[in-house]
Amino acid sequence: MSDVAERVKKIVVEHLGVEESKVTENASFIDDLGADSLDTVELVMAFEEEFSVEIPDDAAEKILTVKDAIDFITKNS
Amino acid sequence: MRRVVVTGLGLVTPLGNGVKTNWERLLASQSGIRRIDTFDVSDLPAQIAGIVPRGTNPGELDLDAVASAKDRRRMDDFIVYGLAAAMEAVEDSGWKPQDDEGQERTGVMIGSGIGGLPNIADGALTLEKSGPRRISPFFIPAALINLVSGHVSIRYGFKGPNHAVVTACATGAHAIGDAARIIQFDDADVMIAGGAEAAVHRLGMAGFSAAKALSTAFNDAPTKGSRPWDKDRDGFVMGEGAGIVVLEELEHAKKRGAKIYGEIIGYGMSGDAHHITAPAADGNGGFRAMTAAIKRAGVALEDIDYINAHGTSTPLGDEIELGAVKRLFKDHAYKLSMSSTKSAIGHLLGAAGAAEAIYSLLAMRDQIVPPTLNLDNPSDGCDIDLVPHKAKEREVKVVLSNSFGFGGTNASLIFKSAP
Repeated sequence: MSDVAERVKKIVVEHLGVEESKVTENASFIDDLGADSLDTVELVMAFEEEFSVEIPDDAAEKILTVKDAIDFITKNS
Repeated sequence: MRRVVVTGLGLVTPLGNGVKTNWERLLASQSGIRRIDTFDVSDLPAQIAGIVPRGTNPGELDLDAVASAKDRRRMDDFIVYGLAAAMEAVEDSGWKPQDDEGQERTGVMIGSGIGGLPNIADGALTLEKSGPRRISPFFIPAALINLVSGHVSIRYGFKGPNHAVVTACATGAHAIGDAARIIQFDDADVMIAGGAEAAVHRLGMAGFSAAKALSTAFNDAPTKGSRPWDKDRDGFVMGEGAGIVVLEELEHAKKRGAKIYGEIIGYGMSGDAHHITAPAADGNGGFRAMTAAIKRAGVALEDIDYINAHGTSTPLGDEIELGAVKRLFKDHAYKLSMSSTKSAIGHLLGAAGAAEAIYSLLAMRDQIVPPTLNLDNPSDGCDIDLVPHKAKEREVKVVLSNSFGFGGTNASLIFKSAP
């Protein structure tokens, strides 16, 4: 779990160019971390690549926060 | 008719980042052309190009100063170059309106010949190798030509006409001419205009090589490769970069005390209706573009002091353009000076006309014309002043800049000293 969380946060920091301290588990990609709709698509692609999981579009639409991503990946990888 | 002047300049070329760096190095007869070391060229017939120097040393382009690494994922290199040159031009002009009216009366017209070729090439490989789910959501907006205009408008809040020209190697000149007309028509008071290109890529080099357009005989002496009007010329040398000007309605510029580089007084266009890549043998298209620009400018042929030629260093094109100049200007062809700055930076394709318009404006400001490098042995009939090797001080009150593109599209711009 903590390993997944760290890897997710690292990807978010790299892709959104935000400070690590801002990437808390409850942070929303769009509301708190300055992402737009294209950034969130790219983030999901980066998660898929990093964790070798497929995230279907309907699931991707529900990944709005750092915690959402960690939970999905923990359950599905 | 409303009058239009130039109040800001920005340049990113193989000679360096910034107008000052460019002008100093150009007048010192330096070349920005080198062996390509950014990708494998071992199987390409043409292995040299004018490449923008990147880094944080003086005169180098610092990418991080243009946009963050995150934002650069949304931009192919031509957008980064265009944005960098636009930032310099806007800062130079001092025009950064914060009010609605100022922003809505300021537009952007920056084009490109090819656009995001590297991004398209890489995207095609990703699609083939990994399928559609691995294509980035930034693939399309990073490659679209009008996204330079888009990014500049977003960066500065310019909400006026937002447009982009695509006319191959005449793009930069057409963008400046068309943007000036938008101001003349009272659709805007200020326009950020020019061109950007970054197609020095394996696919771009392979494509132009296949069209037999590039120099291949100087792979071991890159700075000698671009040699307009010289007997040994064998094709153009690819270049990359951006040239951007701030155009402004004369009274608008005067009212805010803006520095004025010159007035755009003439713009002429024509089509060859002849061939997709070769110019008509009699130079008819260029002749008519120059004639139209001079008519619009209302000046006499004898008033033109300097011509920044299209002069790409191709065996056919250089002499055809010179022939058209001699036919149009007659005796005065032997009194004006004409040079090709592509000898120093290569051919910037869609950015060429804008970069060369800027060099022409600087020639007028400093009363000195930039040189044609490598013009060791002019071809037969190339007997006017082509400013070989060294810059030359002379009177420069009115300048003409030519740009001709594949498809048989031609544009000529005429500027005169600040009113």
